[in-house]
Amino acid sequence: MAKSGIYQSSLTKKYVIALAGLFLISFLFVHLGINLTVLIPESQDTEAKEIFNKAARFMMLNPVIKVFEIVLFAGFIIHIIYGLILQIHNWMSRPKRYKVEGWSHTSPFSKFMIHTGMIIFIFLIIHLVDFYFKAKFFEGAESVWYDGEEYHDLGALIIQKFQNLGFVIFYIASFLFLGFHLHHAFQSAFQSLGLNHPKYFPFLKALSLITSIIIPVGFTIIPVFIYFQIV
Amino acid sequence: MNFTLKIWRQKDAKSKGKFEKYSISDISPDCSFLEMLDILNEQLVARGEEPVAFDHDCREGICGTCSLYINGRPHGPDDAITTCQVHMRRFKDGDTIVIEPWRAKPFSVIKDLIVNRNAFDKIIQAGGFISVDTGGIPDANAIPIRKEKADQSMDAASCIGCGACVAACKNASAMLFVAAKVSQFALLPQGRIEAKERVQKMVAKMDELGFGNCTNTYACEAECPKEISVEHIARMNREFFGAKVGGRKNIKK
Amino acid sequence: MTKLNSKIPEGHISEKWTHYRSNQNLVNPANKRKLDIIVVGTGLAGASAAASLGELGFNVKVFCIQDSPRRAHSIAAQGGINAAKNYPNDGDSIFRLFYDTVKGGDYRAREANVYRLAEVSNSIIDQCVAQGVPFAREYGGLLDNRSFGGALVSRTFYARGQTGQQLLLGAYGALSKEVAHGSVEMYTREEMQELVIIDGRARGIITRDNVTGELKRYFGHAVVLASGGYGNVFFLSTNAMNSNGSAAFRCYKQGALFGNPCFTQIHPTCIPVHGDYQSKLTLMSESLRNDGRIWVPKKKEDAQKIQKGELKPTEIDEEDRDYYLERRYPAFGNLVPRDVASRAAKERCDAGFGVGPTGLAVYLDFEDAIKRLGRDVIEARYGNLFQMYEKIVDENPYETPMMIYPAVHYTMGGLWVDYELQTTITGLFSAGEANFSDHGANRLGASALMQGLSDGYFVLPYTMQNYLADQIKVPRISTDENAFEEAEKRARERLEKLMAVKGSQSTDDFHKKLGLIMWENVGMDRNKEDLTKAIEQIRNLREEFWKDVKIPGEIDGLNPELEKAARLADYLELGELMAHDALQREESCGGHFREEHQTDEGEALRDDKKFSFVSCWEYKGEGEKPEMHKEDLNFEFVEVKQRSYK
Repeated sequence: MAKSGIYQSSLTKKYVIALAGLFLISFLFVHLGINLTVLIPESQDTEAKEIFNKAARFMMLNPVIKVFEIVLFAGFIIHIIYGLILQIHNWMSRPKRYKVEGWSHTSPFSKFMIHTGMIIFIFLIIHLVDFYFKAKFFEGAESVWYDGEEYHDLGALIIQKFQNLGFVIFYIASFLFLGFHLHHAFQSAFQSLGLNHPKYFPFLKALSLITSIIIPVGFTIIPVFIYFQIV
Repeated sequence: MNFTLKIWRQKDAKSKGKFEKYSISDISPDCSFLEMLDILNEQLVARGEEPVAFDHDCREGICGTCSLYINGRPHGPDDAITTCQVHMRRFKDGDTIVIEPWRAKPFSVIKDLIVNRNAFDKIIQAGGFISVDTGGIPDANAIPIRKEKADQSMDAASCIGCGACVAACKNASAMLFVAAKVSQFALLPQGRIEAKERVQKMVAKMDELGFGNCTNTYACEAECPKEISVEHIARMNREFFGAKVGGRKNIKK
Repeated sequence: MTKLNSKIPEGHISEKWTHYRSNQNLVNPANKRKLDIIVVGTGLAGASAAASLGELGFNVKVFCIQDSPRRAHSIAAQGGINAAKNYPNDGDSIFRLFYDTVKGGDYRAREANVYRLAEVSNSIIDQCVAQGVPFAREYGGLLDNRSFGGALVSRTFYARGQTGQQLLLGAYGALSKEVAHGSVEMYTREEMQELVIIDGRARGIITRDNVTGELKRYFGHAVVLASGGYGNVFFLSTNAMNSNGSAAFRCYKQGALFGNPCFTQIHPTCIPVHGDYQSKLTLMSESLRNDGRIWVPKKKEDAQKIQKGELKPTEIDEEDRDYYLERRYPAFGNLVPRDVASRAAKERCDAGFGVGPTGLAVYLDFEDAIKRLGRDVIEARYGNLFQMYEKIVDENPYETPMMIYPAVHYTMGGLWVDYELQTTITGLFSAGEANFSDHGANRLGASALMQGLSDGYFVLPYTMQNYLADQIKVPRISTDENAFEEAEKRARERLEKLMAVKGSQSTDDFHKKLGLIMWENVGMDRNKEDLTKAIEQIRNLREEFWKDVKIPGEIDGLNPELEKAARLADYLELGELMAHDALQREESCGGHFREEHQTDEGEALRDDKKFSFVSCWEYKGEGEKPEMHKEDLNFEFVEVKQRSYK
């Protein structure tokens, strides 16, 4: 794939990276939705973390989701590899750099996509090791019982993780960079796909801004709430 | 006004090149940037040194010959004009001005601040035209064209081929240049006939020549002396997608 | 005239071109690829000729001094291109365009050529539209026209303020298509140095590769010279910095006659000179005169106060303003032809009524137009020009009147060509501004683009075949031949001689001096005394130049100072030739105004009995006075009248 990627047209690469990116954004929303359920407090019908633990199990075991999981991983890998290919090629396109680097009137985030992307990638690895693989094999998770059925208490695992201030800061910082990444990424994907219309593009740009705020804010309120025991 | 100039000097394509520092004084604020360089060159000639070589021709902002990357911006500190239209009143007395050539792999330095932009000609030769020969043409008014489309086409056509888009782009991408030509013709009925082949051929040539990829930074639009919109890049992306998906021929070269 | 045969075809003027084409010789398609053609220059004329000849199947080599063929100075034309389409239904016709052009040129152009120009003008528009040139359109989708430069009909097609650029990009596209096709080879940054003549026919050129300094030899069965005009002889002009007359002048030195060298167009609406460091003059489109009113103060003391900066133009009352064009030419007012408008401005400034710090400027005022039409309309029409003016002058033309002054713009003179655009050297053709042919003593606005494209797209592809038809028997000549050797030697020796001077003054020092001599004496008004003096001064300057010019750098490699010096060396001779021509023409016509020959009201006074001819100059060797030949002009189809715009 990497090899054929090199020989594809630069525009084809852009489509691929844009489509993969948009798919990843949609995943982020799903992921955020599930994560937020961990904050749902105890109520008459459900215990604390119950919805979260149930949803987690659904996500782990449902066969349709399992197929999507493969697609998702492919999406990540394609997005990353294509991003790297483009970037290396871009660096090669200007072998001699400027003495005074350009600071044209442009979105500052757009210039650092590879850097923010790298940070997100590092976060992703740590995140996979810390949460995903553990969750996958239900490592270190206690059992809880809802309506007579055994579940793994992944919610407790999360709460335990977020007791560590260093980890919380790292987590929040990573999402800050994700926000930077998304700020450019969302509208940029539409431009790459050729969907730039003077009438609608300002709307897409606004949507891009909103996304770049909602996603990081949504994800980071979880550790903040947990750490400060707001819920 | 007095200035300190740091100018890239390079004897020829093979030499290594370095920055040289020059002081220049008593410059009138009404003097244009290139006239300031003329004055510097006159002084260098008088001292028996070789003058700074830079590309310039019409000096009214239309030929696209002048280049110069001035203090981190192609065509200097003003928006929407070329270097030859920049006047020294845009700088502060005592400023240090760093002048570099366009930097991009396909734009090799020929001497000092002059670069080779033949790559742009090659991209046009790959398909940036409508294949009609002279003569045997129907009346000019035979095909009415919606004014809005004609105006948009004119917006794209106003590209002067200076290369500021490539120079400004952090990826040294030529997308705005290529898109302007693709878009100009894609918007006109005359140009639609070859649209699918044209976009594929021009993009393939652009890639082959070693320009970078577009990452939608939009520095090109910000620095374009003719203010050509990145909307044209989107149009090219669309055209390319349509050609790849809907076209019968897949053109790679 | 023994030497000059203009080869005008027989018949009524409207049938000459058709008649010519029906009877000319053609080259068999299979033979075309055996024939090589060299084209020098890639402006409208050169690019369109090279592309069209390539399409026909000839092997074309095309040369330009710029880094890309798209940069030729044709791009700078803002206003538009004329054609006799009569789309607006306002009474235009081929004959009317022909008539206007002959009259505008003050009856010093060749009727048959001008008629052909008008005849093919319509095909040019068709051609350009097919190439994708985005001309301005009406809401209904059809092409828009505007009036220009005092024409009584709207016949000018335009593409925003970029007509020249867009037309050239069309021709450049066609050229690129042929390069891709393999029929045209493109050589950039190569400058023609010498013409190679073998057995009396043009057979090739020597060029200098301006990047490496290498001299190169190229063979062609025929050579087309489309290298533009020589307005830069004045140092300050609206021409591009690298525009030059050297290629044409070297052909002149090899025996091509030079037609009407003194006919120079001074454009009335340029931004005035503002300092001695100034490198070139910027043209403001003539279209500004459609809405702007030109004036100077009525009182000399007001003018003097303005010059000192003590008074602002907006402070001068209406009755103290002298709208001198409206006063002198009530019928055409501010829209009189360029030569008339320029002279009138100079007359006022010389009389002491000029404005600006130098006193060499007049006002172009939009106050009334803004009042009448609103600022929005003016902005839509001229916004980009106003912006350009503000960038350069740092004054807002919406609030204070623009200052303008005439500047050298175009040279009507050039290599003499016959009806086939062939010079007096067999096999050497010339097109566009480089030849003398269609504009007489004054060119009308929006006609230069028309002429360049007409020559390149629709004339040369025919007339050159007539010449080449019997050349298929001539095999390609090796560039090792003696004639190439000698031509290269001439070129090398000239460059080496320049480098060897090692004097103390820069090329620009000399160029500025020459420019001043030319502007003062061979400029807008000329007289016998000044011209005689100018010849002497130019000769002295030339002598000094060859003793004292300083060219740093090396001969083999990119050396802009050497390029400039080599071009100036030619200007130093060409300037003298212009003065000789101006001196012999004891009449005033078009852009050529002899103070001795004017009406009581100060208008140009032609002498049709004595001077209804093209002056054609033959080079007689270094330091010798060139010899003049005459091509008599006969007007069969237009009545020769005193031009009046009153």
